[in-house]
Amino acid sequence: MNERELLLDIQDLTIHYETEAGRVRAVEHLYLELGYGETLGFVGETGAGKTTTALGIMRLIPSPPGAYKGGKIIFRGEDLLAKSEAEMRSIRGGRIAMIFQDPMTSLNPVMTVDRQIAEMISLHRDVNETEALEQAVRMLEVVGIRPERAKDYPHQFSGGMKQRVVIAIALACDPALLIADEPTTALDVTIQAQVLELMKDLKRQYNTSMIMITHDLGIVAEICDRVAIMYAGRVVEYADTKTLFERHVHPYTEGLFNSIPDLEEDRDELKTIMGLMPDPTNLPTGCSFHPRCPYAVESCSRETPAFVEIEPGHRVACPVRAAAEKNGKERAS
Amino acid sequence: MSTQTVQKRRSGIMEVWHRLKKSPMAVVGLILIAVLFIMAIFANVIAPFTYSKQNLMHAFESPSSAYIFGTDEFGRDIFSRIVYGARISLQVGFIAVGISMFIGGFLGAVAGYYGGKIDNTLMRVMDILLSIPSILLAIAIAASLGPGLFNLMIAVGISAIPNYARIVRGSVLSIRGQEFVEAAKAVGSSDLRIIFKHIIPNCLAPIIVQATLGVATAILTAAGLSFIGLGIQPPIPEWGAMLSGGRSYIRDYPYMTLFPGLAIMITILALNFVGDGLRDALDPKLKR
Repeated sequence: MNERELLLDIQDLTIHYETEAGRVRAVEHLYLELGYGETLGFVGETGAGKTTTALGIMRLIPSPPGAYKGGKIIFRGEDLLAKSEAEMRSIRGGRIAMIFQDPMTSLNPVMTVDRQIAEMISLHRDVNETEALEQAVRMLEVVGIRPERAKDYPHQFSGGMKQRVVIAIALACDPALLIADEPTTALDVTIQAQVLELMKDLKRQYNTSMIMITHDLGIVAEICDRVAIMYAGRVVEYADTKTLFERHVHPYTEGLFNSIPDLEEDRDELKTIMGLMPDPTNLPTGCSFHPRCPYAVESCSRETPAFVEIEPGHRVACPVRAAAEKNGKERAS
Repeated sequence: MSTQTVQKRRSGIMEVWHRLKKSPMAVVGLILIAVLFIMAIFANVIAPFTYSKQNLMHAFESPSSAYIFGTDEFGRDIFSRIVYGARISLQVGFIAVGISMFIGGFLGAVAGYYGGKIDNTLMRVMDILLSIPSILLAIAIAASLGPGLFNLMIAVGISAIPNYARIVRGSVLSIRGQEFVEAAKAVGSSDLRIIFKHIIPNCLAPIIVQATLGVATAILTAAGLSFIGLGIQPPIPEWGAMLSGGRSYIRDYPYMTLFPGLAIMITILALNFVGDGLRDALDPKLKR
């Protein structure tokens, strides 16, 4: 859409899980773009398919039951879905690294932390074990952990420290893309701020692109350049952060913003989006959001909305609102 | 600070050792096993006679200062034979457990990690093996391989494979779903690396306990096989074979069966004490 060079370009990605309860449409025709050095916020409710997308990029979808049903994941000009398992192994960690949600469980409890970082390094760099361990200690210092704690086991660290170790592992091989799956959800608020600050610094220092999966719009405002809002397996709105916060168009995005409590206002009840997330084995026809949408018109239940660009870099999957927006603009000018 | 970290680093094994020490039964078991090992290693020093030296002049002698456990029908010193027998029993016990632990553990880990058809196939084979009483299975294997120390180990080892496969599979299943395994995949580790570096070390505790208890079972099975003549052949002193040999004289010379029987019993008891102690010591839930 514009001239920026894309590190990651996901086109029409569809991932389904075949379960006994039926076909779970975890990711449906998903489009996503990420430029070099950018941070993309990936926002959506639990079950919207954010983690599946992240694992999908890493080709870590458990199969069976998961299966790619189509689409492309273009990373640095190459389709990851066409790669062999061996090629993927060198990409995982080396080119694309991932930070998991819960630092309590994403470290191996019976391995010292320096060894866990060194494992990453020795898998992707041509170094011997001593060098890998030395580099591991250096990485620990980068994330603010004293070298004398390198030989400790994960249970001897606090949650925030563990997440620092996880970040150190992820950044140890200088990946081009870092996928952070709700990295601060399991931490308390003060530690969240520290970890976010650290990630922001390191991202700048290493010039890494990042996908930040979260359901906290505050985090998005803080560190993301662009935002993708996800609903029931699709990206429904994609824009740069400023545009999204000022001129979001999709009714679901609007609902998300409305549900943030305003400190100035005196309210007893939060404004919520009516209804619940649809059952992913039985998505509504047409636009998955239409049963909950205040703007829904008759055609919404029939036609799957196209993901159209309403202004440069701002895409929305809602023809009704997109048209209204266009009319409003024309009237204003 | 640095000395503190050194202490902390040891804490894993030291902690278990510390807790194991608190259980008096486990300590008794450990001491008995140590004595057995010393007996086995220094058998030629400890035993007053060789195990095969016959002296028909002294056949069927009751325990005395010269023959503290008495002599058997060929005038062989029972004490010496029991001391040498410790060698055989410990060898059979540990090597057989080694065989079943490695084969069973590997099969269990593969079944648990990959799941699906591989799991189903492997575990159904294990179920078939389990459906045959293990002593019967060992008898069948020993009978088809023929007698001998090495074949005895194989027979006992194979018959215990399903136990290890099941235990390892269960632990692997519980570990496999944890996030650090996914994290290991996300850094680009191969399956084998994940199994051996991340999963197995996390399910060592139940394997160690099962192995300790398994040595006892293996010794018992081996003694049983020798008792019915499928194990060690005379004149090599195997405790089960000695029991079997003394059986015909049990009315008149009960000590001929009493002492080998006691040796088996004490060994099994000691191993079970240690196994139970280890199980408690390795259980993180009992951490105070």
